[in-house]
Amino acid sequence: MTTKNVDKTGVGKPDSRDYTKKRSQLKLIMYRFSKNRLAVLGLCILCVLALCAIFADVIADYQTMAIKQNIMNKLQPPSAEHWLGTDQYGRDIFARIIHGARISLTMGIGTVLTSLTIGSIFGALAGYYGGKVDNIIMRIMDVFLAIPNMLMAVTIVGALGGGLVNLLIAMSISSIPRFSRVIRSSILSVRDMDYIEAARACGTKDSRIIYKHVLPNAIGPIIVNATLSLANTILSISGMSFIGLGIEKPMPEWGSMLSEGRAQMRYHPNLVIFPGIAIALAVLGLNLVGDGLRDALDPKLKN
Amino acid sequence: MNDVLLSIENLHVTYRTDEALVYAVNGVNLNIMRGETLGLVGETGAGKTTTALSVMRLLPDKIGKIEQGKIYLDGLDITAATEADMRAIRGNIVSMIFQDPMSSLNPVLRVGEQIAEVLRIHNDKLSKSEVDRRVDELMEMVGLPKERKVEYPHQFSGGMKQRVVIAIALACEPKLLLADEPTTALDVTIQAQVLAIIRELKEMLNTSMLLITHDLGIVAENCDRVAVMYAGEIVEMGTVEDIFEEKDHHPYTVGLFGSIPDLDKNIDRLTPIEGMMPDPTVLQAGCPFYDRCPQRMDICNTEKPAEVMKGTHMIKCHLFSNVEKAANVEKVGEV
Repeated sequence: MTTKNVDKTGVGKPDSRDYTKKRSQLKLIMYRFSKNRLAVLGLCILCVLALCAIFADVIADYQTMAIKQNIMNKLQPPSAEHWLGTDQYGRDIFARIIHGARISLTMGIGTVLTSLTIGSIFGALAGYYGGKVDNIIMRIMDVFLAIPNMLMAVTIVGALGGGLVNLLIAMSISSIPRFSRVIRSSILSVRDMDYIEAARACGTKDSRIIYKHVLPNAIGPIIVNATLSLANTILSISGMSFIGLGIEKPMPEWGSMLSEGRAQMRYHPNLVIFPGIAIALAVLGLNLVGDGLRDALDPKLKN
Repeated sequence: MNDVLLSIENLHVTYRTDEALVYAVNGVNLNIMRGETLGLVGETGAGKTTTALSVMRLLPDKIGKIEQGKIYLDGLDITAATEADMRAIRGNIVSMIFQDPMSSLNPVLRVGEQIAEVLRIHNDKLSKSEVDRRVDELMEMVGLPKERKVEYPHQFSGGMKQRVVIAIALACEPKLLLADEPTTALDVTIQAQVLAIIRELKEMLNTSMLLITHDLGIVAENCDRVAVMYAGEIVEMGTVEDIFEEKDHHPYTVGLFGSIPDLDKNIDRLTPIEGMMPDPTVLQAGCPFYDRCPQRMDICNTEKPAEVMKGTHMIKCHLFSNVEKAANVEKVGEV
């Protein structure tokens, strides 16, 4: 019966195309992304920063170059020995910047991952179930949204005390509402699709529908938002460190380097220019990649 | 009555929207035997899909509600089952083919994965390789090369997507298949192929089917029995022969057949049924077809007609109530 069926319809004929090769959406997205030159530039910047962060210890030793004070060497201009000069304690600025990249990037990614995970859970529940659940979750988020991001982070750090972990917690809490908003809205647009109902008609559990059918279809805006808010977070972390609420002192961090170099700004501008450039490059790179991803992930924008 | 697979008794379904209470289904009675195909025909908004969704208990959350009536599937009362029970039933004992194959497949999952999902949900014990083998089987069963299971839905044509949907629906060999206008979104040649596949598989697996459609040709070709639905009520039900060949009909059925253009004659205009379906937010006291009926009587506006049985043929119309009384008298006389 089956063979008869196949013959009649004609689609069962042997086919020379190679279907085992996995042709995927990913390839298409990568292609669209690679056509966007600015986005590729952003990706290159990010890669360089990431490599610096990963191999920071190989490039410059943390203890002897980034932390150890050497008053004899203080406030040197850029030279062959100290590429970007030294600060008022005689520490190598280049070494501090690449070790600072480590902190900025890990803290940024850590914050975004934490708030993305928690925000996804809240947003998905609110968007998928709607009604009362939606109302309760989103009104609580609204309360959090009413407080400015930075003020909120400052308050939480003030309450918990300084330090990396507390900073991460503070930054995460203050960006959860934004994530759950975005995720809720993209889930709302997927929730009523026919394939969700079809999945329900197969006896699929709600948790599985959310995880397997709803979230993957709503992932585009989520990725874009995560990339863009990573830039924001790095900026906020620098800001927090600048006002002294971020990391503890000898640690190299871009924001705190700016803050420490403020006094010498007029005579030794390299103290603030280079950390400033580092922040700007990281944020620029992330924004370019975020924009590129948005264009690559949204099939409606392709030309 | 062991042969009855699905029995719907006096089903009433309402939709509670912000503006009004919509009476979608008003007292539907129907039975489907094992291995039988019942065609459910009627115009848009008659409550055909709502009836099918009630059987799956998939009426829209908080809006659609079964107000009254019982649905028995294989002896189990669907209206009283828990949500967990329903999940075990959906896809396993009763499954549904939706109208639009373009949108009823998840665009980000490979089709093989989607077929495998329903198998895994209902069979914990199947190993990975067994699921794989079964997916291959199902793909071939609906006439798709099994190599294409690694592709995504957008790489398939409409007819092929509907085949995938059929494979998913039949993966667990359900006892009942609810096909909600399975061919409406397809062109006529593909329609014929898809229907042929459904018919063959149905016979092979001895599945019962509720075929919802507004194409009377499809009904004549595929169904054993036909139910004509109008404004949430079944106005006429019988075997295909009863509906297509008998001379006694509900005036709505007459109108329905009258609106099919005759191929042999030269006609300028189609002959539709005059008027519109009654407002579904108002519960009709009498026959819902009263306003449009060419043979209406005074009683039709005030009193609901009874279901008049004549052998296998049921007509819900006052025109035939007297006939039934007469027939009953005759029967009594014979006994």
